[in-house]
Amino acid sequence: MPNIISIQFGFLGLFISLGVGAVGSLIFRNNDRLSNWWGNLSAIAGSIFGIISSLSIITSGNIFSYNIPTSFPLLSVSLKVDALSAFFIFVISLISLFASIYAIGYVKHFYKKYNIGSLEFFYNIFIAGMMLVVSAHQALFFLISWEIMSAASYFLVIFERKEKENIKAGAIYFIMTHMGTAFIISLFLILYKFTGSFDFETIKNSAALIPSLALNTIFILGLIGFGAKAGIIPLHIWLPNAHPAAPSHVSALMSGVMIKTGIYMLIRLFWDMLPHDTFWWGIAVLIIGSVSSILGVLYALTEHDIKKLLAYHSIENIGIILLGFGSALTFYSLGLNSLAILGIIASLFHILNHAVFKALLFLGAGSVVSQTHTRNIEEYGGLIKLMPYTGLFFLIGSMAISALPPFNGFASEWLTFQALFQGMQTLNTVARGVFILAAGSLAFTGGLAAACFVKAFGITFLARPRSEKAKHAKESGISLRIGMAGLAILALLFGIFSGPISSLLSKIAGGESPLISENYGMQLKNGFATVSMPAIFIILVLALASVVVAVFIAAGKRKIKNGITWDCGSDLSPRMEITSTGFARSIITIFGGILKPTRQTDVEYHDANMRYFPKFKNISLGINDVYSAYIYGPLEKTAEAIANAARKIQSGNINAYIFYIFIVLIALLLFAV
Amino acid sequence: MEILSWTIQLAFVPAMSPLFIGIVRKIKALMQNRQGADIFQPYRDLRKLFHKDEVISQDASWIFSLAPYLVFATTLIIGAGIPIFTLFFGSIIPSDFLALIYLLAFGTFWLALSGIDVGSSFGGFGSSREMTLSAIAEGGLIFSVLSLSILSHTTNLFGISSFILSLGFSRFAIVIGLAFFAFLIALLAENSRFPFDNPATHLELTMVHEAMILEYSGKRLALMEWAAANKFLIFILLAANLFFPWGIAGSLGIISILSALGILTAKILILCAFVGILESTIAKYRFFRLPDLLFTSFVISAIVIELIIQIQ
Repeated sequence: MPNIISIQFGFLGLFISLGVGAVGSLIFRNNDRLSNWWGNLSAIAGSIFGIISSLSIITSGNIFSYNIPTSFPLLSVSLKVDALSAFFIFVISLISLFASIYAIGYVKHFYKKYNIGSLEFFYNIFIAGMMLVVSAHQALFFLISWEIMSAASYFLVIFERKEKENIKAGAIYFIMTHMGTAFIISLFLILYKFTGSFDFETIKNSAALIPSLALNTIFILGLIGFGAKAGIIPLHIWLPNAHPAAPSHVSALMSGVMIKTGIYMLIRLFWDMLPHDTFWWGIAVLIIGSVSSILGVLYALTEHDIKKLLAYHSIENIGIILLGFGSALTFYSLGLNSLAILGIIASLFHILNHAVFKALLFLGAGSVVSQTHTRNIEEYGGLIKLMPYTGLFFLIGSMAISALPPFNGFASEWLTFQALFQGMQTLNTVARGVFILAAGSLAFTGGLAAACFVKAFGITFLARPRSEKAKHAKESGISLRIGMAGLAILALLFGIFSGPISSLLSKIAGGESPLISENYGMQLKNGFATVSMPAIFIILVLALASVVVAVFIAAGKRKIKNGITWDCGSDLSPRMEITSTGFARSIITIFGGILKPTRQTDVEYHDANMRYFPKFKNISLGINDVYSAYIYGPLEKTAEAIANAARKIQSGNINAYIFYIFIVLIALLLFAV
Repeated sequence: MEILSWTIQLAFVPAMSPLFIGIVRKIKALMQNRQGADIFQPYRDLRKLFHKDEVISQDASWIFSLAPYLVFATTLIIGAGIPIFTLFFGSIIPSDFLALIYLLAFGTFWLALSGIDVGSSFGGFGSSREMTLSAIAEGGLIFSVLSLSILSHTTNLFGISSFILSLGFSRFAIVIGLAFFAFLIALLAENSRFPFDNPATHLELTMVHEAMILEYSGKRLALMEWAAANKFLIFILLAANLFFPWGIAGSLGIISILSALGILTAKILILCAFVGILESTIAKYRFFRLPDLLFTSFVISAIVIELIIQIQ
């Protein structure tokens, strides 16, 4: 069939473009400009190939597979792109496309400071790695792709290596991601033990051979291994450090897409390949989703580093995605297959939407950071007048992530809500309780996210500049604006056309859709809920237009005078504006039991002996890092203690070592018999 | 007849909201042994504001200029999309309650942005408080309506209304009453009423809504005030028509419309009287005690949902 041939051609083009981009940028590494253009144009070409071929797979229903055995035993280069993989390739390509367009202009400010050739090399490799991860169909090949993706992203995180913080962030990322990989390797080894194969297809076909204890172990291993990549709480500690450290277009890819590869594997393994009728799996995923979503947004509120704030929101959104996936697993185990599809649609749709608006927000943040040279939002202010386009795009991203209609975030959160609402009405008492908890956390998450983005957008772009740096900001270049504009338009379009998109997604979920898409709206088949996003959009525009016209007719002749803001009789200074810390403080106080806010006061007196007249006072507000204190700290201590204990057998005596070898040999022989 | 009904459905909220604000103020004045202003005073205020020149801060951006229009437009849409006097529109207007609540959040989002935009110390704190309260109120608001929606197997507000109507006085009366209590707390919080905020002051340290719109004047202030009045009436209408839908018209006859409007007015007056008396008899809460109230609203709603499923 010509279609399959063209799809093959498309994937070939995809990997060749990225490969050429990677190698070419290394060759041209002495010329910043050339390697920038070369690397990003190849990434753009690769992304376009990816979009076209993945879309043709999704619409045609064909499957692309490719398999060459290698000379290594158990390893074969095996790719298989079905609808689910194609969906993820589509998301990756879409975000890479706009991130690469953006990068052409954005990378310029690294000229002469860092080596652009190596940036572009790792950038192309990173994208290719993600593509391989979601299309690999063989466990060992998958692990290699996973490593390529992780290693390339590690080098991107430490790209700005002159800053010490970035090196540290990279180290935490490196450790966490390899800890995750260790769990993933053991997972595949258990699968190999029971199915005798590393091939995904064989594993799937002989999944019935796996006993339930092993299945449950695999589930826990997978949840930890892939959850660490996805950034679920409490495995998230690398994420808020690593994502901000990378250059912004890479942050967009890491936050928007890379963490989703963890979700992809969870869906691939526990939805597609293995039997998934274990009740507690879904419940566990729902609880993890609830905790991650609500804690993610609360931590985001405490941040005043704009990129860290966005990174914490990724944790929140991964939580929301898991709410959809968890409800799917729960419904399936309760025998409610049609509702399970609803859960999968909700989570896939939120994967797509989050990728779009989170990438948009990171690109917007990058545009601001490149102008102001700081990530601290307390030093921003008034940027909407100096950077009008960036401001508008960031506003659209903020509204989308706050789930305000008619933008795309609302559409997928609506679907997630519907899945949870359906779950509340199931007969199983445990499930019902967990669904109520999950819906409650989603409701609060929505409100808190809106609060957080009023803060992020308001403090960054509104009012007066708070520092000299912010006063001299200028609008970013054309390529940055195109990259952001494209994603902003998509954030609106994916919202308006959520009906057709959700019915397309039900094809990917592979089952009878519980949704009817009539007149571009979304409707549950059981008639519980209906929403029409195009109608909301059109009515909103019409109502706004008629209000503007009516007010103009009624009061258009009135004059508008410009004055200064009411200053209570003193001089207006930036210090009179609300700060990001102040804005979020009341929410932090309310959730003090969870966030454990800290407050440290330093006072220096004019006369240290007579402590009456303070020279200055310094108050630092922060939150306790409970994860380091209670989880990773003790873990590290235990590991160290074990290592110290193990050191005792290292006597340095060669006879002793031979003795150890002998004992192991005997043990193995006994074991084998 | 249909044209008349459509007109009422679309225009009821913006046309009547100032009147009911006037009535609440009158009730409060009477409770304080004052004569108080005429109940039509809010209309005169709006008219006056629309005919005044405007001062806009030089620090403000287009967000500040656009916000009043957007906030007002969202209240218009929501006002037209909820059950008012008839269930006739149920099949035509897909009024999903989540969509309406998130449209309200859309308005709140812009309101809060406009508070920050001028860079005064009042506006920023008003926005911070507003977003804090509305974030925490969201759980109770969604869940209290959700409990009715689970009871009536639809998220369409008209559908909920007609189901509760058909239910009559049944064994669900107590749980509906509980849900109403939870909704009432959210109503007071969302509309900056006692015990959450004092709508009558400008210079209280605790102010929320008034602080955000402090820099507005002229037509934009009029729009903001009017939008707040609309929002109040929307919540009152939801309380009246979702929890006690008796008397809502089933057909489009002139008699049934008139009687429905009459009963509706009576219900709104009772709720307005309740708000007015509440505001005259209790003190405003300390800000950090408010979350207790809002979490109570959420927990009650969650219990109601579980009860409803148990009874069903």
